[in-house]
Amino acid sequence: MAADIPVLRLEHITKRFGDVVANDDISLDVRQGEILALLGENGSGKTTLMNMISGIYYPDEGTIFAKGKQVEIASPRDAFALGIGMIYQHFKLVDVLTAAENIVLGLDDGRKLDLKKSARHIKEICLKYGFDIDPEKKIYDMSVSEKQTVEIVKVLYRGADLLILDEPTAVLTPQETDRLFNVLRNMKSDGKSVIIITHKLQEVLSISDRVAILRKGRYICDMDTKSANAQELTDAMVGRSVKLNIERPVPVNPKRRIVVKDLTVQGEEGVEKLKGVSFELRSGEILGVAGIAGNGQRELLEAIAGLQPVHSGEIKYVEDDGSEEELVGKDPLKIMEMGVSLAFVPEDRLGMGLVANMDLTDNMMLRSFRSGKSVFADRKQPHNLAEDVVDKLEVNTPSVSTIVRKLSGGNVQKVLVGREIAMAPTVLLTAYAVRGLDINSSYTIYDLINRQKKAGVAILYVGEDLDVLLELCDRILVLCGGQVSGIVDGRTTSKQEVGTLMTNLGGGIYAK
Amino acid sequence: MRNRGVHFHISRRNDISWRKAWGIRCAVMALAFLLCGLITMAATGLNPIKVYAAMIDGNFGTSRRFWMLLQNMAVLLSISLALVPAFRMRFWNLGGDGQALMGALGAAACMILIGDKVPSFVLILIMAVASIVCGMVWAAIPAWFKAKFGTNETLFTLMMNYVAIQLVAFFVIVWEMPKGSGKIGIINQSTQAGWFPQIGGNKYLLNILIALLITVGVYIYMRYSKQGYELAVVGESGSTARYVGIKIQHVIIRTMMLSGALCGITGLLLVGGTDHTLTTTIVSGRGFTGVMVAWLAKFNPFVMILTTFLLVFLKGGSSEITTIFGLNQSFGDIITGVLLFFILGCDFFLNYTISMSKSGKEAA
Repeated sequence: MAADIPVLRLEHITKRFGDVVANDDISLDVRQGEILALLGENGSGKTTLMNMISGIYYPDEGTIFAKGKQVEIASPRDAFALGIGMIYQHFKLVDVLTAAENIVLGLDDGRKLDLKKSARHIKEICLKYGFDIDPEKKIYDMSVSEKQTVEIVKVLYRGADLLILDEPTAVLTPQETDRLFNVLRNMKSDGKSVIIITHKLQEVLSISDRVAILRKGRYICDMDTKSANAQELTDAMVGRSVKLNIERPVPVNPKRRIVVKDLTVQGEEGVEKLKGVSFELRSGEILGVAGIAGNGQRELLEAIAGLQPVHSGEIKYVEDDGSEEELVGKDPLKIMEMGVSLAFVPEDRLGMGLVANMDLTDNMMLRSFRSGKSVFADRKQPHNLAEDVVDKLEVNTPSVSTIVRKLSGGNVQKVLVGREIAMAPTVLLTAYAVRGLDINSSYTIYDLINRQKKAGVAILYVGEDLDVLLELCDRILVLCGGQVSGIVDGRTTSKQEVGTLMTNLGGGIYAK
Repeated sequence: MRNRGVHFHISRRNDISWRKAWGIRCAVMALAFLLCGLITMAATGLNPIKVYAAMIDGNFGTSRRFWMLLQNMAVLLSISLALVPAFRMRFWNLGGDGQALMGALGAAACMILIGDKVPSFVLILIMAVASIVCGMVWAAIPAWFKAKFGTNETLFTLMMNYVAIQLVAFFVIVWEMPKGSGKIGIINQSTQAGWFPQIGGNKYLLNILIALLITVGVYIYMRYSKQGYELAVVGESGSTARYVGIKIQHVIIRTMMLSGALCGITGLLLVGGTDHTLTTTIVSGRGFTGVMVAWLAKFNPFVMILTTFLLVFLKGGSSEITTIFGLNQSFGDIITGVLLFFILGCDFFLNYTISMSKSGKEAA
């Protein structure tokens, strides 16, 4: 094998930010034609390490060798010259330009810009690896997955033979993930090397050849994927043994809490986002919502929370004594005061529910700042709440006056979910609560949700990971094209059944 | 591959100690004055120390000059503060000039129309109400359009400035005195009705006190009030605001009305406190200078006192040196420009640090 000389070798890399040691004496090899998964909890230094390879940061100590030669990577340009390309979690594309224009942007090979020729070259790349993009399409018209494809093609166009992908699947649907993995396998057989950062163990096991594990900025070990299993990987990553099953207590004394009847919601230009949706949400149970992204999940949650105008149908809130109150047409504030709490984690994690540039205390205040008659806002209680959440959920932050933007993804989500739970809601609506979280943090969130369930809260849980939905939820409502495709029992259903319902309305033969 | 042996790396600072930050600021200012001195010598052959002395003298030389400095600061500070709530909401209110001009129009109208009908004290109260309302309305119009139709507030507020100028130009002709002069002249010169009272013999003290009061008020409003918090949330993230049930349209209009009201007060200070007349150029672009004042101070009202001082000082100083040394008007602008450039550049060194590393071999 030509793999005697690694494509890339890192030796004793250390990077500090102020007093924080983000990477501590890390040594790592990347071989030719392999897919290396980089595994670690949120904040374990994976992204920092990759940023040094791609020229964003410069290591404080240590040496980098490319194909056996010692190199200096002082800028992204240097990284490109060495054939290293990185695809970031947050896309770096110009919205108003086309795919082709974005791909050639910033390239200066001294020749005249020939977009037609470039488009041909792009098509060749697409054909070779099995991508599907239209070079003439503008970025703002693209879905998240298409944008990601553009990013990957951009890097390949520049002749990269080592690709680094930072949590590429966090924003993709299962189907899109499969497609991406096929492309990665094609690259691998073409002799390219890939480093992939992901939190999803199933993905690590299915795509990678080798796994390298980081913990708290240190390199722990690497294993051949073939001989590794999920439990082993998790334990190495967390540093202690973690239970990998989610508990599912039987609902105690479930009572109707929210009754939705024939709910129809229209989006822009009268497109029906939800059509005739009916279901019951009971206290003390977790009702999962499954569906391919964009099939009405968001609209459903927003409609219940009063943030989405309802075209027709009704949403009833049922009190303990059986009396019903209509939520449609009510002010979101009123609905919130009735005990309906919404924790929606959007794709960018921060856009809804938190203010990135405010500190923890001020973010805790978002829900409660109106309380009291004074014109001045009370910051004492939010401050205490923030300390409480940090304490109980083990949020990793220097202090409660740290701005939320500076926290890592998992901690941001703990803050959001922690705040919503602190409202002592009777109904908790969550969407993508574990989006992009590492295993350990995910399990903390599941645990939090389960505690609420035991306390009699009615929980609507929108999730992406079918395995988790099947383990966590008492019942699962499957949405397909904005309609209820079926409601199944979480204890007896199978992944196949839910999967079929997701793509075929009612599980029948016809699509949508 | 480049291999120069030495690399410079720019990285973001996480924290900077209070002492170090001020050290950097002082060093940058020293450099700026040094460079300005060199430019002065090279371009004019004058002794830069004398030029600087003249600048200081122009602002502090006599007690009259000093009061003028404070008075100019009061006006600039109050209009800059007016922009703070809007800017924190990411509503780019470039209509400070027009809103202040409308405030001035309101105040002047009261002085002219009912100047002899009510006691001066009552008149001043009515003027205050009139100018606040005028400024408020002028700001509420673009805010309403922004809230309802999502119009671009930058363009809209900017254009409202020109409408205000035309409106004032019209009333200047209506109220011109003496007839045919095309200007209003000093209003109520004989009765001094509507003129701000002197406090302890100081003509401008009331203006200065009002500006300080607004400073404290805006600080408290932005930092401690529910409304201040609400508008910051709207500015930082519209979708989060919507999600927690904040009525965004309502907040936009309310905040702009506040911004406009404070601009209106600036107009009142100009007409009632200092100029006692109304012209189309009475605000003289302070609504735009105020943008700079606010940004330089990162919207902290107390730091804005410093940045206001700096800008007023430079303006007064440069006009002084042009008269004393018979220099071209542009020379003062050049000095001001160089200093501002350094102040803005200072931010870079406060936020980033530059480190040097030797080539890999030696570092390894």
